[in-house]
Amino acid sequence: MLKAIILIGGPMKGTRFRPLSLELPKPLFPVAGFPIIYHHIEACSKLSDVREIILIGFYQPNEALNKFISQSQVEFQVQIRYLQEYSALGTAGGLYHFRDQIMTGGPEMFFVMNADVCGDFPLQEMLDFHRTRPSTAICTMLATEATRQQSLTYGCVVENKDTHEILHYVEKPETFVSTTINCGIYLLTPGIFQPLEVAFKKNLEENYSFDFQVPSKEVIRLEQDVFVPMAATGTVYVFQSTRFWSQIKSAGAAIYANRHYLVIYRRTHPERLATNGEGKPKVTGDVFIHPTAQVHPTAVLGPNVTIGRNVVVGEGVRVRESIILEGATLQDHCCILHAIIGWHSSVGFWTRVEGTPNDPNPNKPFAKLEIPSMFTEDGRLNPSITVIGSSVQVPSEVIVLNSIVLPHKDLSGCYKNQIIL
Amino acid sequence: MKALILVGGYGTRLRPLTLSTPKPLVEFGNKPMLLHQLEALVDAGVKHIVLAVSYRAEQMEKELKHVEEELGVKITISLEDEPLGTAGPLALAREILSQDEEPFFVLNSDIICDFPFKDMVKFHKHHGKEGTIVVTKVDEPSKYGVVVYRPEDGQIERFVEKPPEYVSNKINAGMYIFTPSMLKRIQLRPTSIEKEVFPEMASDGNLFAMDLQGFWMDVGQPKDFLTGMCLYLTSLRQKQPAMLHSGSGIVGNVLIDPSAKIGSNCRIGPNVTVGPDVVIDDGVCIKRCTVMRGAHIKSHSWLESCIIGWRCVVGNWVRMENVSVLGEDVIVKDELYINGGRILPHKSIGESVPDPQIIM
Repeated sequence: MLKAIILIGGPMKGTRFRPLSLELPKPLFPVAGFPIIYHHIEACSKLSDVREIILIGFYQPNEALNKFISQSQVEFQVQIRYLQEYSALGTAGGLYHFRDQIMTGGPEMFFVMNADVCGDFPLQEMLDFHRTRPSTAICTMLATEATRQQSLTYGCVVENKDTHEILHYVEKPETFVSTTINCGIYLLTPGIFQPLEVAFKKNLEENYSFDFQVPSKEVIRLEQDVFVPMAATGTVYVFQSTRFWSQIKSAGAAIYANRHYLVIYRRTHPERLATNGEGKPKVTGDVFIHPTAQVHPTAVLGPNVTIGRNVVVGEGVRVRESIILEGATLQDHCCILHAIIGWHSSVGFWTRVEGTPNDPNPNKPFAKLEIPSMFTEDGRLNPSITVIGSSVQVPSEVIVLNSIVLPHKDLSGCYKNQIIL
Repeated sequence: MKALILVGGYGTRLRPLTLSTPKPLVEFGNKPMLLHQLEALVDAGVKHIVLAVSYRAEQMEKELKHVEEELGVKITISLEDEPLGTAGPLALAREILSQDEEPFFVLNSDIICDFPFKDMVKFHKHHGKEGTIVVTKVDEPSKYGVVVYRPEDGQIERFVEKPPEYVSNKINAGMYIFTPSMLKRIQLRPTSIEKEVFPEMASDGNLFAMDLQGFWMDVGQPKDFLTGMCLYLTSLRQKQPAMLHSGSGIVGNVLIDPSAKIGSNCRIGPNVTVGPDVVIDDGVCIKRCTVMRGAHIKSHSWLESCIIGWRCVVGNWVRMENVSVLGEDVIVKDELYINGGRILPHKSIGESVPDPQIIM
């Protein structure tokens, strides 16, 4: 029997995803028509041995999360539970804290997946790989190739090329170590709780304080506190994949992830992709249209567009490289490029909402999405995807370019390179 | 009666339009700029018009051949070897202008207004002195040179260049009528009539100002060209409302050539001029623009305060604004944003121009 654990974080995380994460926990943000972690759960559900999926995080229980869990349980016929940390415990603290829950039923192994990554997860391949490792193996880490420069912002892995054992692990090094980077997806055996216990106790000892004002630290970081000492002990292995993988840190990354999940649909769910036909809007490239959306047949959508639930798209509307969230209205002749339109927002007639993509350099093999800082050195906003928060009214005939609009605003004119509070 | 129109040089301020067409032939309100003046002059009884040009414009000469016939007027092109300023051309055309004792008109070619030529003759003959200049009221006199004159009869006292404090709100409107005897003041060399001749005439008590009624605009550069077009269309609404278009999707004062084709669900206007053979596809919104002959505006585009040159193609879902000017035969690809771009002729634009700039 197998289990899967998805680390969903909490409200203080995912700040680079604001203002979209102000309304909804970021792991529930829809990419290619479904919440980010829906794609994780769907990948897990493909493995017949996965009997339970546990979400660990520190969100207060909320309606959106409860609804998502109950719907997913029904859809995938698998038990899904949310275990709430009493505070942010780090990427491994929650695993250790909830070790008894995880071990209930005696799973042979369990996957641990970070919620802020997306990809074409090769879970079956990881399982097959792990089963052919020596019996001392307690962890298989999913890894991918990055450019030399970009590797510095990830966890870097050095492996034994023959056995794929991890010989060295370092998180975000200052100088180049390896172009093999950690994808934040692991397959662990129950043996992991032994090194977790060591890390937990070491942490407690080192941070123990008689000062009642300083809370004891129970934070355990899986990467630095566990993998670093485990390297070259015959226990951690790396499985390299060249399939699509990306982090989802910023709104720009959501558009990038959207594009790749839509490409994956061609293989896994061709029925989810819109097609051209009589009385239907013109579609170019990969487009997802929710069945409840009303799209005028003169609209032109794609490539890389997701139209959410109950969205209304008027006459002669153009949408490209964008995500339109539930309940939004796009009025006639408006043009949406490289943007995210928030829940229940509306865009007026002939208005142009445009952002600037920061896609990886296609000419560099293994290049990942850059996560540029929000501001330039002279304090100006870096051009990025335009994000319209929820319930925003964008008037007719204006342009909103490279801007971020916080929820519940009635805009009154044109905006360029601004954050609108 | 005779008239001299100061056409001058290459019209660089109205580039990129004047890279393809001499400025006097650029259409303003679907009619070459020069024709507005020629028609008004002929209407006032002028029989012989001299065009003072400082470059050879074969295209213009060819064009004017049939205008001569249509209007029944003689047109002489007076070509300067070197630019002679605003007064020198009068000396060059001295023979024609002094054939008889009748007063003659002189005007700058960039002026658009309700031309008051008949009133000028009356006013000029009434005071009987050498010269009359038409003056018009402006909101910000400190930007211009202003004219100070006696309110009772219009005799000009002095000219003040860019006055730091208010002295008058009347400026030279670029239209004059002179008695041939004033030609003795001008020599055949580059001379400014405003700076060198007028002050002298004023100090002799020989120069009078006549107030212009109605609109006036110097349309020599794109921003003013569009402002002038709005004023011109407003004036058409009052004087020749039948020339303006109406119907569904038409807002305010809109001038559309009968050969132009407009798609469905468009919103055209206010203040739009659409030239002959223009094609506007479905769902286009155009405000405060001039679209020249043969241009094609594709579906769902939005244009405000732009001049679209001859035979340009503007793609689907293009947004253009902020005094963008497309030269002749420019192609703007689909879904682009052009903000204050000046695009030279025969360019194909494949990337947005988010900030005002010139595209060579």
